[in-house]
Amino acid sequence: MKITAGKQGFQSLNEQVRELLSENDEILIEDVNGQRYIGAAMDKGKTLNLYGTPGNDMGAYLNGGKIEVFGNAQEAVGNTMGGGEIIIHGHTGDTLGYAMRDGEIYVRNRAGSRAGIHMKEFENMHPTVVIGGIAGAFLAEYMAGGTLIVLGLNRDKNQDIVGAHCATGMHGGKIYVRGEVPEHHISPNISVSELNEEENEELLRCIKKYCVLFKEEEEYILKEKFYKLSPSSSRPYANLYTKN
Amino acid sequence: MNYTVPEFEVERNINRCISCGACVRQCSYEVHYFDDDGKTVLADESKCVACHRCAAICPTRAIKIKKYDMAYKEHSNWTPVMQKEINLQAATGGVLLSGMSNNKPYPIYWDKILLNASQVTNPSIDPLREPMEIRTFLGRKPEKLEFNENGELKTKLPPQIQLETPIMFSAMSFGSISFNAQKSLAMAAKELGTLFNTGEGGLHPKLEEFKDYAVVQVASGRFGVHKGYLESGRFIEIKIGQGAKPGIGGHLPGEKVTVEVSNARMIPVGSDAISPAPHHDIYSIEDLRQLIWSLKEATQYKKPVAVKIAAVHNCSAIVSGVARAGADIIVMDGFRGGTGAAPTRIRDNVGIPIELALAAVDKRLRDESIRNTVSLVAAGSFRNSADIVKAIALGADAVYVASAPLIAMGCHMCQQCHSGKCNWGIATQRPDLVKRLNPEIMYKRVVNLIDAWNHEIKEMLGGMGLNSIDSLRGNRLMLRGIGLTEKELEILGISHAGE
Ligand code: SF4
Ligand code: SF4
Repeated sequence: MKITAGKQGFQSLNEQVRELLSENDEILIEDVNGQRYIGAAMDKGKTLNLYGTPGNDMGAYLNGGKIEVFGNAQEAVGNTMGGGEIIIHGHTGDTLGYAMRDGEIYVRNRAGSRAGIHMKEFENMHPTVVIGGIAGAFLAEYMAGGTLIVLGLNRDKNQDIVGAHCATGMHGGKIYVRGEVPEHHISPNISVSELNEEENEELLRCIKKYCVLFKEEEEYILKEKFYKLSPSSSRPYANLYTKN
Repeated sequence: MNYTVPEFEVERNINRCISCGACVRQCSYEVHYFDDDGKTVLADESKCVACHRCAAICPTRAIKIKKYDMAYKEHSNWTPVMQKEINLQAATGGVLLSGMSNNKPYPIYWDKILLNASQVTNPSIDPLREPMEIRTFLGRKPEKLEFNENGELKTKLPPQIQLETPIMFSAMSFGSISFNAQKSLAMAAKELGTLFNTGEGGLHPKLEEFKDYAVVQVASGRFGVHKGYLESGRFIEIKIGQGAKPGIGGHLPGEKVTVEVSNARMIPVGSDAISPAPHHDIYSIEDLRQLIWSLKEATQYKKPVAVKIAAVHNCSAIVSGVARAGADIIVMDGFRGGTGAAPTRIRDNVGIPIELALAAVDKRLRDESIRNTVSLVAAGSFRNSADIVKAIALGADAVYVASAPLIAMGCHMCQQCHSGKCNWGIATQRPDLVKRLNPEIMYKRVVNLIDAWNHEIKEMLGGMGLNSIDSLRGNRLMLRGIGLTEKELEILGISHAGE
């Protein structure tokens, strides 16, 4: 099934997509021009392949569906996503995967600021975000669970892999960073350590998938060592208050 | 050395005390204890919070809680409370944390507004004999209605919420209150034909059966928010702010995240549930618009989307922006609203009274000709039915109440909700305390309260010669101020008594 988004507004496009998805499992949308909320709350078993640039909140509350973008995406991809898969063959804007609880997001290139804010996990739900390029400021702020991987590929020598205020208020989950960690950007309550065996396996699994998706070389990526950022306390604000 | 003296004193009438130990077992603050002889009951009053549980439970009425009678050298600036709070902070270096609501003696405008009644002309109506409509609809209203030649409605109405009373129960999450307390509210909402609100704690699976009576909240932590949750609620409420703590987020400490709470919030047991101060995808009205529309898209335009803000200084401009961003319902929460926990200084110093905010906002939306695009819900302390009638005349479509139904369930305003030790089984997750609150009994008390208020509202309406609550909405001619300044009257948009 193939349709063209063109210049129509998001409401008519999304209505058309919902209607078509009631009878089809996979839709290709051409000429996407910034229409918002594409694939919002889309269920498991449904797939959207997007050509062009989808607008903000693509895949918000995604409910198990799969979205692949052959191009760049804008802000708030996978906002409060509950499960499924998002693959972006390009860059993405701010607040990638805000408060996502399950599923996977793979971004070939860079992510803007505040990626992975307040990601969380629950029972066997475990969200994973892989960013191929660099990540902007406030990466993983308030992160409460899940896995965030930043590869920092294709960056200028003077560019840090993560931006300022990385992992502020983080109280759960893990971030794996490739190569030197720019300590001056890392929040004081975060400890930097090496990956254990289990974590290494998880990392390898994700890198393999990244390489298959984007045709990159595993060997090249693994040439550099990875470090783990994790909260030194799961209760960063435990002693802030006095009961009155 | 403890620098402070107790606030309360436990007076036990030893002629009445039968050493049954009920108070020892019931006080979660561990005030009462048996002496070494196993018979004499003693008390460590320094821990008492005056929740009256022991006094209520004592079979011989032997217990009285009194103010600790300690003389201070008179000083109207450095009151005992000020001194106590300084000592607490000197000892710990912590931010003062309180529960419930602003307890400072700011003006309560409800008590300075009087209602009208008809005399001779436009006679009053007796609600016992004549039908009196208090049914309330919330949701965006269209600009105009169009009908076809058969008189059927052609205009497609935006989703509307039908309530059998203008009174709803405001957001109290499972986590801040107990399961039994939330269930009591859910049961009461069902029986009354109104709604309860899950707060940001998600919807507990055992309350699924009440989903048609639930408002589901989406707050900055997005706890428990998923497709099924959004689809369960009658409407979705985006929480931007709360009257008890405008401008700051929430923080449910790990100790309160029990297995049950973790299931509803969808976070691991024992982990802190931190709601950041802002939604990090909302830094502007345009961003808020984006969240509103993403929720509409996710629920296929079947649910109204509400936005809740705290009543603050420039709230009329904010509400105007929120209305234009596409909200169907706007909730404003005044500075007397309650909370499970808030920093004391914020609870007591930030925000403005709902009376002033409501009047200002209703006027602003009318002046901009967009009042019909949203329903206004006022919150932030309604103590009785007269407060509610006055709020509706000031422009509210409906109100949210929370503290009043909690009092109906046993709350004694001890303001220790943040301690997690609520002796009345309300603001606690301790199983031994939670089971003290029996939903089968408590829901009925809440229903009784709202039934009584509904009837009183009808009586007041009838007295004004009105037979429908719609005729009262924004009808400020029914209000007069008493003892108010020109400026206050101007903001409230009412005349002074005698005018
Ligand atoms: S805290 Fe409550 S139950 Fe305990 S002694 Fe004081 S009034 Fe009684
Ligand atoms: S809910 Fe409980 S802890 Fe909170 S004020 Fe009421 S009685 Fe006290």
